[in-house]
Amino acid sequence: MKTLEELMALRDAARAQMTTRDDSGEVTRIVVGMATCGIAAGARPVMNKFVEEIAKRGLKNVTVAQTGCIGMCQHEPIAEVLVPGEEKVTYIQLTEEKAAKIILEHIVNGKPVAEYTVGALKK
Amino acid sequence: MYRSHVLVCGGTGCTSSNSQKIIETMEAEIKAKGLENEVQVIRTGCFGLCALGPIMIVYPEGCFYSEVKVEDVPEIVEEHLLKGRMVKRLLYKETVTPQKIKGLNDTDFYKKQKRVALRNCGVINPEDINEYIAYDGYQALAKCLTEYTPEQVIQIVKDSGLRGRGGGGFPTGLKWSFTAANKADQKYVVCNADEGDPGAFMDRSVLEGDPHCIIEAMTICGYATGATEGYIYVRAEYPIAVARLQIAINQAKDLGLLGKNIFDSGFDFDLHVKLGAGAFVCGEETALMTSIEGNRGEPRPRPPYPAVKGLFGKPTTENNVETFANIPTIIREGAEYFASMGTEKSKGTKVFALGGKIKNTGLVEIPMGTTLREIIEEIGGGIPNGKKFKAAQTGGPSGGCIPAHLMDTPIDYDNLTAIGCMMGSGGLIVMDEDNCMVDIAKFFLDFTVDESCGKCTPCRIGTKRLREMLDKITDGKATLEDLDKLEELCNYIKENSLCGLGQTAPNPVLATLKFFRDEYIAHVVDKKCPAGVCKKLLSYTIAEDKCKGCTACARKCPVGAISGAIKQPHTIDTTKCIKCGVCVDTCKFDAVIKK
Repeated sequence: MKTLEELMALRDAARAQMTTRDDSGEVTRIVVGMATCGIAAGARPVMNKFVEEIAKRGLKNVTVAQTGCIGMCQHEPIAEVLVPGEEKVTYIQLTEEKAAKIILEHIVNGKPVAEYTVGALKK
Repeated sequence: MYRSHVLVCGGTGCTSSNSQKIIETMEAEIKAKGLENEVQVIRTGCFGLCALGPIMIVYPEGCFYSEVKVEDVPEIVEEHLLKGRMVKRLLYKETVTPQKIKGLNDTDFYKKQKRVALRNCGVINPEDINEYIAYDGYQALAKCLTEYTPEQVIQIVKDSGLRGRGGGGFPTGLKWSFTAANKADQKYVVCNADEGDPGAFMDRSVLEGDPHCIIEAMTICGYATGATEGYIYVRAEYPIAVARLQIAINQAKDLGLLGKNIFDSGFDFDLHVKLGAGAFVCGEETALMTSIEGNRGEPRPRPPYPAVKGLFGKPTTENNVETFANIPTIIREGAEYFASMGTEKSKGTKVFALGGKIKNTGLVEIPMGTTLREIIEEIGGGIPNGKKFKAAQTGGPSGGCIPAHLMDTPIDYDNLTAIGCMMGSGGLIVMDEDNCMVDIAKFFLDFTVDESCGKCTPCRIGTKRLREMLDKITDGKATLEDLDKLEELCNYIKENSLCGLGQTAPNPVLATLKFFRDEYIAHVVDKKCPAGVCKKLLSYTIAEDKCKGCTACARKCPVGAISGAIKQPHTIDTTKCIKCGVCVDTCKFDAVIKK
């Protein structure tokens, strides 16, 4: 360790590993439904895909959490994306490909993927 | 990246209630469920709420489980970590509201606290230097070595108003400047981690929870004062703290944060851990240094002060653990930030170890100037079983007590000194109406009699005589003249002892005499112990009208002092009675009276 810059680079890398522990409310949360219905429909690979993509892109301030049954079991796997200061977006019938796209479009570029949301369901 | 972090308290308190086994079981269960790449288990330092240990926090939800048992672990893994459902029955009661789960920092225990010295305790993994760095660790050191001159560092510490947290309250910046002013081929930095007060455990918790912050602070102190070597004197009975310090030192060396040419500044610093055998007197700075040198831990007269002639005869700066723990924050956030907390002459925060008759036993850090009432009633959750608060003992065997009518005194160095008490290292023992103040004084005297090193007569013999006088009082054999003699001897010991141990040893007696003289008089004149603690002054009798003659007490009495026929009132033979109190607990009709 020779310079302050070196230390700061190490800090940022270490900090990224610890986003999970940030409960300041300034963190984007992706909440995946992991009740029996969700798991049976394949929520686990979807959740792991979210985690993998976040790690791969080195995204800061994003955490992935689990929750129980969201209540629309026929549309599982379901995930909710909560960006601080924005309205909650609920995605349904997810797959690993969809999860990767949500990370890119919604989390990175800030544009929710309308076609995957619960609002896009045919009435 | 792990999607979930499980933080389990690995402080001494929670470890003694089996948190190590909880961690092992947790890791095994996580593996069995195939979650080992998703969930990380981290052993942290003390969270502070020791009364509710073992404690566990699960992120990202931030949910706070208390009093977790090994048997609860499979349920937490299955329900919470696998299926995302919190185990409600284990959540800390106060965080559960009908609408939502409250954050930990909104609970009564944490709300009024301000964590500076404890900022990383219970937050990071103390055995991982990266986590310390993630929370801005070693930035203060980098700043000092690359931007400031040693004089500037000392000025910042002076401006912050930081005073020694070991009890004396000497301005830290001034202390550093004394050592810096002395020229020598070798100087030392010493960290006093010989925490000996009964009931105090904040230094241990800082070392266990955030060892790197002490290493960083000592290195900064070395740079500021011109020392290149440091010693941490820690008692061997703190094995967790010792192990983590050693790990931390090795990690810092590996990253070049200790050793030669730190941050390319040309400054070298090396650190050693020295184990103490647990003698109370070794908390006194000259005795501590004598002990590090390998000699018998005995104090020596000052001057010369350690800043002139300290460890191995060289200029030495000696600070307490908590004092050092404040340094990185002061450098990083600036002297103004630190000075913005606290009172006019006592800046910053103070850590207290809450113990005794209080609900939330544990570790709290509050801004100076907080009142005792706030600490006990709000943060501490009050006295259990609806009892009345009588006094709080601060400063351990060297300190005094704060009685109920002074509960609204803002706590800082000068206010406590003004009421004849002292800040001390931060042990805060709460006493209720069932505690006898003479007995408390006796307890602390017992301790100092045992711990007196024996070098000087006033302390060695004086404390022993003092102890005998207190015995006389609690035995009901003392007269009012004895009280005057007691006070006289106290003052004599105070004025004539060689070191802090003896000079402060009579404080518990003087403080209780000052505020609870009526209790002493009750012992001496009425031969009664108002709190019902001093056995020799108690007597047990049976109220004839209440006794049904059930014989339950007579059967339980270990010395056969109770006699009487069935269905006839019983009597106690006071010559046989050993005052154990079993009869009171046994009687279903409240017929046994303790006086």
